[in-house]
Amino acid sequence: MRSGSTAAACAALVRRDLTLVWRRRGDAANPILFALIVVALFPLALGPEPEQLRRIAAGVVFVAILLAGLLALDTLFRSDYEDGSLEQLVLSPHPLSLLLACKIAVHWFTTALPLIIVSPLLGELLHLAEPLRGLLPLALLLATPLLSLLGAVCVALTVGMYRSGMLLALLVLPLYVPVLIFGAGACNAAQAGLPFAAPLLWLGAALVLALVLAPLACAAALRISLS
Amino acid sequence: MNALTLWFHKTGSPPTAYRLAGRIMPWCYGLGLVLGLVALYGGLVLAPRDYQQGDAYRIIFIHVPCAWMSLFAYFFMAANAFIALVWRIKLSEVLAMAAAPIGAAFTFITLVTGSIWGKPMWGTWWTWDARLTSELVLLFLYLGVIGLHAAIEDRRQAARAAGFLALIGIVNIPIVHFSVNWWNTLHQGSTVRLMGPSKIDASMIWPLLLMALATHVWFFGSVLARTRIGLLELDGGKDWVRAIALDDDKEAHA
Repeated sequence: MRSGSTAAACAALVRRDLTLVWRRRGDAANPILFALIVVALFPLALGPEPEQLRRIAAGVVFVAILLAGLLALDTLFRSDYEDGSLEQLVLSPHPLSLLLACKIAVHWFTTALPLIIVSPLLGELLHLAEPLRGLLPLALLLATPLLSLLGAVCVALTVGMYRSGMLLALLVLPLYVPVLIFGAGACNAAQAGLPFAAPLLWLGAALVLALVLAPLACAAALRISLS
Repeated sequence: MNALTLWFHKTGSPPTAYRLAGRIMPWCYGLGLVLGLVALYGGLVLAPRDYQQGDAYRIIFIHVPCAWMSLFAYFFMAANAFIALVWRIKLSEVLAMAAAPIGAAFTFITLVTGSIWGKPMWGTWWTWDARLTSELVLLFLYLGVIGLHAAIEDRRQAARAAGFLALIGIVNIPIVHFSVNWWNTLHQGSTVRLMGPSKIDASMIWPLLLMALATHVWFFGSVLARTRIGLLELDGGKDWVRAIALDDDKEAHA
């Protein structure tokens, strides 16, 4: 039997994943609602003073989106593992890392991108400072693909476990620390009137590195947990 | 097969490794205990008071060796995980997973002693300083490895998955260290240096180095003890384990 070209396999996989998300489009709103609720909790806990909220706004939005992404990670391989299509991916003649890169890209596109789009709204809820309105989505645009790529490697290790949620958080959050420091750090530096290009460039460099290496690591991890 | 490969394969086989570990382990514990006691005597009694910190500085004789060990144990774990993943050596899997809880314990001791020292010196139990934060992240990395290893039923698969996580972590450690340094720092710089003169008096440095040696030896004793149990668990149904269990049984009834 002839197997089609790798590009055709990737296109088919992307189309299939997008269709699956579209058929259950209500679920796709969950990360946004989660981030919205987390952000809404902060004024309730800290009091409504705009000055105080403005100081912590960028960091809170960053953490809320990071946590929403963490909860959404579980869906990356869950249904594919349960219906057996993940094993078919592993068995396919095409490079597994490339197929996984497609899956991660679709996952980022359907979970993280909507969060970036609503991030100005989240910022407005916390009276985000004026100069950060453009910078926060930009920092998120660099940081969230990195979070998805790092998270995918850890999800691949826990695939097939029941109730892996807490464990996944324990595995993923230490890896997220540098991303958070640089992403939120750029916003805080801009808020203090300091130059903020350096942390953004570091994020970009890390993203390029992760784009190359994370799919390979993800494939290796998946082979371990499906062995 | 030449003599060296043969020796290597023999030593790596669980029954031989079990016996060998049993023979080396008491020496490691004994040596670690003696060296540790001498180092404690040197550090707590013989070494002079610090002109600035008084007697409070003496906690470094525990704190600093444990901090070194927390990193050393991680490198030991990652190196063994690498060997286990590349060459599929059972013994390395067990060694790597044996090192994780010990490393976590050293990291915990480092954090606790640091915070006990920090209260009188910095006036606070905890501060979000770069070194403290990266040590805390290191503890989380250890706990992640232990948690993943405990969560997977199949022992070999668990060791491989957790070992893979340890390898990801080793890439992460320098990045975390660098990023938190850039973020915030209060901790003093290194006092003891490999290159160039150390900024510490000779009467204080010998107990410190001796204690570092003691913790290393103790670490290996502890790793070997855990490895023996790990090997018994891994080969639970095999003949050599059964023979050991029957021997123990006989001794208990004799």
